[in-house]
Amino acid sequence: MAKQHVSFNLNGKQVDALVEPRELLVHTIRETLSLTGTHIGCESSHCGACTVDLDGKSVKSCTVLSMQADGSELKTVEGLADAEGLHAVQQAFIQEHGLQCGFCTPGMLIRAYRFLQENPNPTEEEIRWGMSGNLCRCTGYQNIVKAVQTAAQTLQQA
Amino acid sequence: MIPSEFEYHKATSIQDAIAQLGAHEDSKLLAGGHSLLPMMKLRFAEPPHLIDINGIEELRGIRLEGDTICIGAMTTENELIESEILQQHCPLLVEAARLVADPQVRNRGTIGGDVAHGDPGNDHPAVMLALDATLVLHGPDGERQQSANGFFLGTYWNDLQEQEILVELRVPVIKKGVGHGYSKLKRKTGDYAVAGSPVVIELDGDVCRDIRIALTNVAPMAIRAEAAENILRGKVIDDALIEQAAAEVLAVCDPAEDLRGDVLYKSHMGAEMARRSIRAALQQARG
Ligand SMILES: Cc1cc2nc3c(=O)[nH]c(=O)nc-3n(C[C@H](O)[C@H](O)[C@H](O)COP(=O)(O)OP(=O)(O)OC[C@H]3O[C@@H](n4cnc5c(N)ncnc54)[C@H](O)[C@@H]3O)c2cc1C
Ligand code: FES
Ligand code: FES
Repeated sequence: MAKQHVSFNLNGKQVDALVEPRELLVHTIRETLSLTGTHIGCESSHCGACTVDLDGKSVKSCTVLSMQADGSELKTVEGLADAEGLHAVQQAFIQEHGLQCGFCTPGMLIRAYRFLQENPNPTEEEIRWGMSGNLCRCTGYQNIVKAVQTAAQTLQQA
Repeated sequence: MIPSEFEYHKATSIQDAIAQLGAHEDSKLLAGGHSLLPMMKLRFAEPPHLIDINGIEELRGIRLEGDTICIGAMTTENELIESEILQQHCPLLVEAARLVADPQVRNRGTIGGDVAHGDPGNDHPAVMLALDATLVLHGPDGERQQSANGFFLGTYWNDLQEQEILVELRVPVIKKGVGHGYSKLKRKTGDYAVAGSPVVIELDGDVCRDIRIALTNVAPMAIRAEAAENILRGKVIDDALIEQAAAEVLAVCDPAEDLRGDVLYKSHMGAEMARRSIRAALQQARG
């Protein structure tokens, strides 16, 4: 099938790619654009490791066609840190030991980044609900919840 | 896991989508893609053409027209949850949408896709039955309206005709004296129902003037438990009557055994979800 041209803003830079219609966004990001922070866990829309921010919304990039990202604004975990250093959610995951093997972490971070904009001052229950699309096989979630709480405090103070 | 090859087309209007469905044999509409793309990845579906309807603005949004709420088919689950019109006039839909999948899936998945897809595990078909919704369908011959009651015919089988597109779902405003409940048993957050039951009750004083009990994932498609409704309609509902109705719900359950449980377990859970929703709806209707 002939490849088609797509163009989108990825972490603040305009990028172009040639994609097959059946290509999934996560593959374009990882394989064509070489940003391997976004992980592939289940490939079946369950685990959230592939979460990216598409036009201001968290989506599972294993379940979006690259063609559908044409013209969009995309942010991946690589886009969180800036010249001033790590983003507050990244700092908080380090501080609270919000990761063990780290496989789920990119998805957790980019989801937490968006969730805290949707709900800047969440309760613990709201965090668990808001982060429920991301699975972790290591931490038992406790420290992930703490990290999101800590990041919320930092962001509120900023 | 990637889908087999297909051609991707963008539809710019409802008319365009209908024309493209006609022009490309065996084509499928792509809404949120959160049922269709997983099926295509598993090669359970291999449509040669996908027609993306995400760009059709007229399919989005929720508006109030008198006593009817009109919901565009491409309205996402999260838009349902955030809708002030629904929070105020039809909280059952908000409650049900909050129990669908997870935040990321709810950003993509649409109410129209959920109703049109035909998976008995989808939540909205039973909710549409309980609300006595009307589906607005557009095809090459124009518009037709179809009651949700009668639309769901079997697993991946409904009354959607070739080249038809679901445009809008119309549900009545829930008024004073009307109560609702939605109970859904899931193994974990983000999972489909083991069993679910939305119920809507209309009271006239203490008497049940009308009741609709619908069921999710305990039959080949979403169903109404009409024998159970008949036990309660016209009566002052008490615990003994609820037990009789639950027995009728149990009798009508016909679930498929899978990892969520065997036939007997799922049927009993269907009856239990109905019991809980009847109680919740009753309490709410009494105000
Ligand atoms: C991890 C996970 C958990 C989930 N859990 C739940 C759950 O708990 N409850 C639940 O209800 N669902 C659940 N789902 C399914 C999800 O809600 C889907 O989004 C939904 O079933 C389909 O909607 P869609 O917009 O994604 O449609 P698509 O996947 O794009 O389409 C589904 C089918 O409907 C057809 N279609 C779509 N829109 C129209 C239209 N307007 N007119 C005519 N035909 C149309 C398509 O051609 C296709 O055949 C889950 C999905 C995932 C991935
Ligand atoms: S890889 Fe996309 S949800 Fe698991
Ligand atoms: S830290 Fe290992 S999966 Fe989450």
